[in-house]
Amino acid sequence: MAQPFLKKDDDHDDEVDYSPFLGIEKGAVLQEARVFNDPQLDPRRCSQVITKLLYLLNQGETFTKVEATEVFFAVTKLFQSRDLGLRRMVYVIIKELSPSADEVIIVTSSLMKDMTSKTDMYRANAIRVLCQITDGTLLTQIERYLKQAIVDKNPVVASAALVSGIHLLQTNPEIVKRWSNEVQEAVQSRAALVQFHALALLHQIRQNDRLAVNKLVSSLTRGSVRSPLAQCLLIRYTSQVIRESASNTQTGDRPFYDFLEGCLRHKAEMVIFEAARAITELNGVTSRELTSAITVLQLFLSSTKPVLRFAAVRTLNKVAMTHPIAVTNCNIDMESLISDQNRSIATLAITTLLKTGNESSVDRLMKQITTFMSDIADEFKIVVIEAIRSLCLKFPLKHRSLMSFLSNILREEGGFEYKKAIVDSIVILIRDIPEAKESGLLHLCEFIEDCEFTYLSTQILHFLGIEGPKTSDPSKYIRYIYNRVHLENATVRAGAVSTLAKFGAMVDSLKPRIFVLLRRCLFDTDDEVRDRATLYLNTLGADGAVEDMKEFLFGSLDIPLVNFERSLKNYEPSEESFDINSVPKEVKIQALAEKKAPGKKPTGLGGPPPAPPSTIDAYEKLLSSIPEFANFGKLFKSSAPVELTEAETEYAVNVVKHIFDGHVVFQYNCTNTIPEQLLENVTVIVDASEAEEFAEVASKPLRSLPYDSPGQTFVAFEKPEGVPAVGKFSNMLRFIVKEVDPSTGEAEDDGVEDEYQLEELEVVAADYMLKVGVSNFRNAWESMGPDCERVDEYDLGPRENLAEAVNAVINLLGMQPCEGTEVVPSNSRSHTCLLSGVYIGNVKVLVRLQFGIDGPKDVAMKLAVRSEDEAVSDAIHEIVASG
Amino acid sequence: MELCPLVKNILLLDSEGKRIAVKYYSDDWPTNAAKEAFEKAVFAKTQKTNARTDAEITMFDNYVVVYKFVQDLHFFVTGGENENEIILAAVLQGFYDAVGLLLRGTVDKKEALENLDLILLCLDEIVDGGIILETDANVITGKVASHSMDAGAPLTEQTITQALATAREHLTRSLLK
Repeated sequence: MAQPFLKKDDDHDDEVDYSPFLGIEKGAVLQEARVFNDPQLDPRRCSQVITKLLYLLNQGETFTKVEATEVFFAVTKLFQSRDLGLRRMVYVIIKELSPSADEVIIVTSSLMKDMTSKTDMYRANAIRVLCQITDGTLLTQIERYLKQAIVDKNPVVASAALVSGIHLLQTNPEIVKRWSNEVQEAVQSRAALVQFHALALLHQIRQNDRLAVNKLVSSLTRGSVRSPLAQCLLIRYTSQVIRESASNTQTGDRPFYDFLEGCLRHKAEMVIFEAARAITELNGVTSRELTSAITVLQLFLSSTKPVLRFAAVRTLNKVAMTHPIAVTNCNIDMESLISDQNRSIATLAITTLLKTGNESSVDRLMKQITTFMSDIADEFKIVVIEAIRSLCLKFPLKHRSLMSFLSNILREEGGFEYKKAIVDSIVILIRDIPEAKESGLLHLCEFIEDCEFTYLSTQILHFLGIEGPKTSDPSKYIRYIYNRVHLENATVRAGAVSTLAKFGAMVDSLKPRIFVLLRRCLFDTDDEVRDRATLYLNTLGADGAVEDMKEFLFGSLDIPLVNFERSLKNYEPSEESFDINSVPKEVKIQALAEKKAPGKKPTGLGGPPPAPPSTIDAYEKLLSSIPEFANFGKLFKSSAPVELTEAETEYAVNVVKHIFDGHVVFQYNCTNTIPEQLLENVTVIVDASEAEEFAEVASKPLRSLPYDSPGQTFVAFEKPEGVPAVGKFSNMLRFIVKEVDPSTGEAEDDGVEDEYQLEELEVVAADYMLKVGVSNFRNAWESMGPDCERVDEYDLGPRENLAEAVNAVINLLGMQPCEGTEVVPSNSRSHTCLLSGVYIGNVKVLVRLQFGIDGPKDVAMKLAVRSEDEAVSDAIHEIVASG
Repeated sequence: MELCPLVKNILLLDSEGKRIAVKYYSDDWPTNAAKEAFEKAVFAKTQKTNARTDAEITMFDNYVVVYKFVQDLHFFVTGGENENEIILAAVLQGFYDAVGLLLRGTVDKKEALENLDLILLCLDEIVDGGIILETDANVITGKVASHSMDAGAPLTEQTITQALATAREHLTRSLLK
């Protein structure tokens, strides 16, 4: 069968590597597998065929269900052979074929026989195979043997049983937990790897019992664990215990720190490194605790082994983010790593140096980096660029040399991502360091003179339009911009026209000259360019209402583009013109949550679940279809569902709060989880005695709630118009319950009235706040002006850490964090968080929060609020003051 | 499980990045196409480096990859982003040395393919479902090569007759081809 293949390769037989699998074909190999059925088995030939089958599987070939079953049945015949080598191959291929449950039965008895065999190799492998392919039912039958195997005097057998136990614990925890005694005995084994596997299993059995883990760790840290791998495990468990007990022991020495430090003197490198890394990752680690760990890492930096250098520099790089001073001792070793053959190590070294460097070393460092940049890949360059950007923000005085470095590399060859990283960095520096503005803008101007990326050109032109007119001499940028109108593609030309118009609108002295240029653009070949020029000439040329016009042309769009797009698509041409105010402003957070999900376990079969329909649209439609609520006006905000029942109770109820200007509607989503019941006339009785400003006006019961098909009931309240009233509501689910015959699905005629207590529900200030982001917080902040600014300081008292405090305030206000400022770097002592939102009554609100940790855990916060209305600014302060 | 050192995959590729033997222990690459894409990317990223004397290392898509080359064989061991690099290197070294012992010093693609059964058994003995079984090359080869001796005894203690028998076996095998 393989003839044609061989023939084809005959002529260049000498050049092509000879391979025993040349021209191998699935069909032929499956034919060959018939030898497994021979009455006189030839073990070597059978081994060869199994190898071929494994080769095919390894190359990504798949067997159909029928093929796999056939091969599997044939393979089971091979248990007759006494040949040890063949048996090993049989074990491997059974695991690869992963037979189905009914097939497993065929080999069970053979494997169980091997499991009790005198040959160690049989026992060890049969355990591994059987545990991998078996399901829970079989496990009880073989449990006795597995327990014996765990304490088998042969380490290979013991390890096989222990590792299988670790896997089985995921599926059959209750069985594996019964082996605790044997596993404990195995922890004392003299064989290194048995100890490692036993420790891993024992910890997993006990992981939910903090006290037991604590005991395990404290007994083992005193004794001597032989295996380096087991020692690494013990270090990980120890740091977990330290982490969990940290809150109890505020003062004094950290428990187990001495153990970690002792491990730094272990003879195995993996243990030394594991301990050093564990110390650097301790919560709130002190410089004194860090010293010894950093010393051993420093030794690794000059090791001949790349793996050690990499491990050390990667860890030090992380330490440098929070404790730059502690790492400065390693600077000399780091600098020599810049020329390391391994570019990953070199890049990590550079970025570490950029973090630990002081102001005086910046220039020298930049010189070294310039030579380094030419011979690393783009992805590494981007990492370096980001490090330089944060360095520049740290030492604003050095902006000159750093900016010129950025502009130099901007001129060199590079891909889009790399160029974008540089441009982004320059833009950020311009925004944050006023002195760097003029030179930075000129660098960008020069870059667009010769830029191959349309996206970057338009971005820069847009940015020039915002920043350029505010400089001392705006006219010098005009030449660069107008050149684009001559030399570029239509997209960039259109961008340039808009930028020119912005200069014209902002700088009166330039206006006549800009108009001359814009008029020339009227003859452009592209529609968009001509349209824009015409629009600007007509709007800006007209007298009066100039301010409004500017706002209209260049003001920021305060609605999310996605929502805008959807509303436009939904709009049907009619007498009524499209109203931009009807576009919902709430940003959907869904997209973000979904982004985080991939990377985890892919669902395998079928595509991803269909995306949920846009919630706010759905709510609006639903509410407006109910006549009782139709006259409440426009829906301001709908909250995320709040659970009112524990998980796995008879009835699952959650509530969504819909806020209108003068009303609040509670939507109770109910699910009946009892198949034998049908609920009818379901209502929620709300007691609003702790919510004085609210008065119940309507309720809409749910007529029937069958098993497992969710339904909604509504209750509406009136509240003072435009006032952010708050209050607490207690809820009682009331319904008529009817028995259902599960076999026929028919309900009985008579029902019984019943009640079910739900948890309390609160309307809080955050419910009156829409999460609406702004793209450029600084601009928005400045354009809002300090007229209605309110600043005050608050003491937040002792907190777990800064991140927890920041989150608490964000949740309290219910506003949208901007520019990623909701993320607090671990161990930092201060943090600034920017928030934006729209308060009820459509008032834009911006908040700048500055946090600082003071003393051991005391967090203080400065809150600055700007909004369009003083009363709202005060209201925000009130929320925080009362929260 | 997450506290235990875990290996995500072990790869043995040839000088063109093609598979000789690979074993994946993680669901991160659910399809063969995903696996091949990963191998291609790893190979492209490492082929220009010199990993012939010491094991080299790189970060890649939030994985740590340690690797070592000999002749036309490329050995890789991949772990998660937070894995202890030195543990991964120990696994790599165990695999590399074991293959060297099993192929009796002639470590190249041809020899590896001719003894693919030994290589596959070797992978089976190093890691089980991501958990490290053994990193000592002598013990690994002992478990793979010796078919009928007491476990735990290293290869070096094989009897002369046994060693000769296996050698003869290999000789006749290659003659038969």
